[in-house]
Amino acid sequence: MTVAGAPLRNRLTGGLIDRDQTLNFQFDGKTFQGHAGDTLASALMANGVQLMGRSFKYHRPRGLLSAGSEEPNALVELRRDGRQEPNTRATVAELYDGLEAQSQNRWPSLRHDMMAINDRFSTFLTAGFYYKTFMWPKAFWEKLYEPIIRKAAGLGSLTGQDDPDAYDKGFLHCDLLVIGAGPAGLSAALTAGRAGAQVILADEDFRFGGRLLSETQALSDLSGADWTAQVLAELDSLPNVRTMMRTTVFGAYDHGIYGAVERNADHLVAPAAGKPRQTLWRIYSKRAVVAAGAIERPIAFENNDRPGVMLAGAVRAYANRWAATPAASVVVFANNDDAHQTARDLRAKGVAVPAVVDVRPDAPRIDGIEVLAGARIVNTRGRLGLGSVTVQLANGQTREIACGGLAMSGGWNPNLGLTCHQRGRPVWNEDIHAFVPGGNLPAGQYVAGAAAGELSTAAALRSGAAQAIAALADLGMAAAAPELPEAEDAAVAITPFWQVAGEKRAWLDFQNDVTVKDVKLAHQENFTAVEHLKRYTTLGMATDQGKTSNVGALAVMAELTGKSIAQTGTTIFRPPYTPVSMGALAGRAVGQAFHPTRLTPSHTWAEEQGAVFVEVGNWLRAQWFPKPGETHWRQSVDREVTQTRKSVGVCDVTTLGKIDVQGTDAAAFLNMIYANGFAGLPVGKVRYGVMLREDGVAYDDGTAARLAEDHFVVTTTTANAALVYQNMEFVRQCLCPEMDVQLISTTEAWAQYAVAGPNARKLLQKIVDPDYDLSNEAFPFMACGEVTVCGGCPARLFRISFSGELAYEIAVPTRYGDALMRELMDAGQAFDVRPYGTEALGVMRIEKGHAAGNELNGTTSAANLGLGRMLSSKKDYIGHVLSQRPGLAAEDGLRLVGLKPVTPVQSLPAGGHLMAAGGPVDAAHDQGYVTSAAYSPTLGTAIALGFVKRGAERMGEQLRLVNPLERQELLVEIVSSHFVDPEGEKLRA
Amino acid sequence: MIINHPLLGPRDAQEFTYLGDAELLNRPYWLSETALQQFHEYLYLRDNPAGTHRELWFHEQGDRSWLVVTRDTGTHEIQNVELARDVALARRAARTAGETRG
Repeated sequence: MTVAGAPLRNRLTGGLIDRDQTLNFQFDGKTFQGHAGDTLASALMANGVQLMGRSFKYHRPRGLLSAGSEEPNALVELRRDGRQEPNTRATVAELYDGLEAQSQNRWPSLRHDMMAINDRFSTFLTAGFYYKTFMWPKAFWEKLYEPIIRKAAGLGSLTGQDDPDAYDKGFLHCDLLVIGAGPAGLSAALTAGRAGAQVILADEDFRFGGRLLSETQALSDLSGADWTAQVLAELDSLPNVRTMMRTTVFGAYDHGIYGAVERNADHLVAPAAGKPRQTLWRIYSKRAVVAAGAIERPIAFENNDRPGVMLAGAVRAYANRWAATPAASVVVFANNDDAHQTARDLRAKGVAVPAVVDVRPDAPRIDGIEVLAGARIVNTRGRLGLGSVTVQLANGQTREIACGGLAMSGGWNPNLGLTCHQRGRPVWNEDIHAFVPGGNLPAGQYVAGAAAGELSTAAALRSGAAQAIAALADLGMAAAAPELPEAEDAAVAITPFWQVAGEKRAWLDFQNDVTVKDVKLAHQENFTAVEHLKRYTTLGMATDQGKTSNVGALAVMAELTGKSIAQTGTTIFRPPYTPVSMGALAGRAVGQAFHPTRLTPSHTWAEEQGAVFVEVGNWLRAQWFPKPGETHWRQSVDREVTQTRKSVGVCDVTTLGKIDVQGTDAAAFLNMIYANGFAGLPVGKVRYGVMLREDGVAYDDGTAARLAEDHFVVTTTTANAALVYQNMEFVRQCLCPEMDVQLISTTEAWAQYAVAGPNARKLLQKIVDPDYDLSNEAFPFMACGEVTVCGGCPARLFRISFSGELAYEIAVPTRYGDALMRELMDAGQAFDVRPYGTEALGVMRIEKGHAAGNELNGTTSAANLGLGRMLSSKKDYIGHVLSQRPGLAAEDGLRLVGLKPVTPVQSLPAGGHLMAAGGPVDAAHDQGYVTSAAYSPTLGTAIALGFVKRGAERMGEQLRLVNPLERQELLVEIVSSHFVDPEGEKLRA
Repeated sequence: MIINHPLLGPRDAQEFTYLGDAELLNRPYWLSETALQQFHEYLYLRDNPAGTHRELWFHEQGDRSWLVVTRDTGTHEIQNVELARDVALARRAARTAGETRG
């Protein structure tokens, strides 16, 4: 525990932190202090904490490698309970008062991790070990290996609690999206902003400036931070520029669309009331400038993964921006001039730099610091942190140098991710020894600054302005380069150097523990292609996606194969650039809001009746209406069926799809979409119709009512309402464009109720206004018409029956739906009317033998359904020609039948298969299958519908209904599917 | 992707559902002697070009227009967008003209 106010061990002077604001935070239960402007990483470093995590495979002690979003090592669990977030990079976690973080992938503690034993067995855990090790014995996989691997896999953990915070989604449009607010991005945004373009400037950091915040060189007479502040002030004064901090542009998609996550409240203990934690932005840009900077690469040498070994540019950033150093004494190891600046900056801050180890024999000198030219670091020592490095000097002698930190640099890689998201391939640049964007950028994208290989500050400033001018010129907008400050403009001085040869492990990928030895093994076993190398060794996988490791590893592979790096190539970059939380992707579509819930107009009424609801697509439908004393759903359903068949019941059928078809060619159009004929249907009549897919398979059924010569109402099943409508529009626009016909979905416009049972007419006569004659003669079975109800309310009446009873469906405009249901219940008291739900509806349609979704299951033809005779041979319709294929129209094919147990039973297994009474039970002897089953209170036994080979000819035959999964078997008899009223006398009564 | 709807201007592809090859506009004549073979080809056989492709999109979250979109399947560049109904009518007109001449 640090004492408040006491100087921190590794805190330096200066920096861009606010020392007046002290922030308390916890890491692994210990309390520390930092300042506003710190990251969790910089604050821990200032406090002298070097050990921050454990590597994935060997559980090696790990500290910070970088100072940015490329960090592979310092991953922590941030926050707690429902807000706990695993694998958060400490390097980009903005410090706030009350921050809580836990280290991960260790047990019982970070310092004493039992799994570190893996490191001793590293010989057995080489590349591809899991492909080789867990193969034998086979039986061990499920019970032993997989559970162990699952437990060991993954780094952080989730609490399993619900995230209490909201996440938003938003849409933005701009002329120019500038990604990255370093020197190139700022210069591009300023150029475009002054030209009057609509500009969005986004940066993942919580402070604009990029690398300018971490360097000491001036821009003319201003510091990098001050110049940034000046530019930002101007940008913020321009109404056409939107600046977005804490916003990571993570993906480049088609047609200039970019995905971005803005972390609105990750830097707070909790989001303010009503505010989101993060916002997922979809940015529609006309042009974009990627100014995403560059990422430094490490050098592979023995034990280069020890805490304290860091990237040189990161060490410089911690010293200059965050006033922190990894140790009081830091050695530099490099192959380029840029890293020498780290040595100079550290010394200026009072940090000892015992030596700069530079692999180049001609390395430049640095005043006052020993440069060991032509030397290399061959090993490191220390427990849980760096204690010393072993240097092999140019003359072959070795020297041990004590130090707590090592700043290494193998050069800089332009940050290419967004330039390659549309499968663009980068090209190798021999001047800077790095991949730079190729010519195949996403449409409308430009690249500026270090991301384009322009590594000096002055070059970045120039290229930012130039790319913005080029992008705007492409849009026909004129822009001029702003006056740019004088800035550091050093040429890149680098000699490629990737690894120090040695026998022991030298790390390439720190997160996944991929070493030079693993790449050698992959090469030996012929996994030499970069994509194979990645999969075989796990190189570049997981949270950092190899931002610091990929190029180094493929350079080693190139050395092994004797190919150039350009020939070796890179793996494909894919979005997201950095991890995106599931919460941001889900946005508000969670819980009840996951999808819209559609309620029928009588929903409130049904709730009042205590209805049990079932989800049907997005709809909620009443499934049954329990009465007091009923303890089992079957009691309610049996009662609803019995009462409907005895007197009268009412069911809400609003959810069925309704499509209005109007026009002089309406009848011809229906002839095209239905397999049976509709042209001859008289006005005032309804007809049942079946629709086929073009391949001849039946896919939906329903009724079409002819309200006028040129006006039909088509109904569809609830499930297929949207699909049928889409298909009808396809026929109308694409296949029959000359027809005069218009369609509109009216599903939501009408509330519709089925009124069924012997007393249905008597009940409706009390509802429908007396001007309308509902007698059987005036309004027979399959009649339809426009009527008025309850003293003038417009309504449509259809005499159709799904239950097999005397039945009607009555529709009123949606706003009268609730009132009509209540009126029906009031008026029906004399007949003891009962509402019935979808379950009773289903029982009655099975009793009557009507096909539904279970029978129209996407494999059955009209012939299978017993509707073969309905198919018209006199007209073209969708599915006509292909329904004639021998396989679909076969005489010995499946036919829909009823199935009745020989001895009454309470239930039958839907999905069960039918076998000959004496024959074997196997697929070769399959006779058919059960599609729908229900208990019929009318017949006092469970009954079923199903398909049986040549079923129509086999009435009375007994078959075995088998359900081998549950060892069920019983004898059933093939009967007509019309269990109830086979002659249709009731519905015509 | 952004689809430049002929009536509504640029719209996000999320508003649309995709069907496939615009050859589906060329439904064979049902009474042709080789109708079965022609319908088989119409329904099941598709070119799968890496490059320019004419395809049907439905503006389901919009005005319910079926569109013929000419798109490069390699780059996703959209070269042309037409109302499918216009394309279908133009084909008929061309066929009729051909028959008249022939």
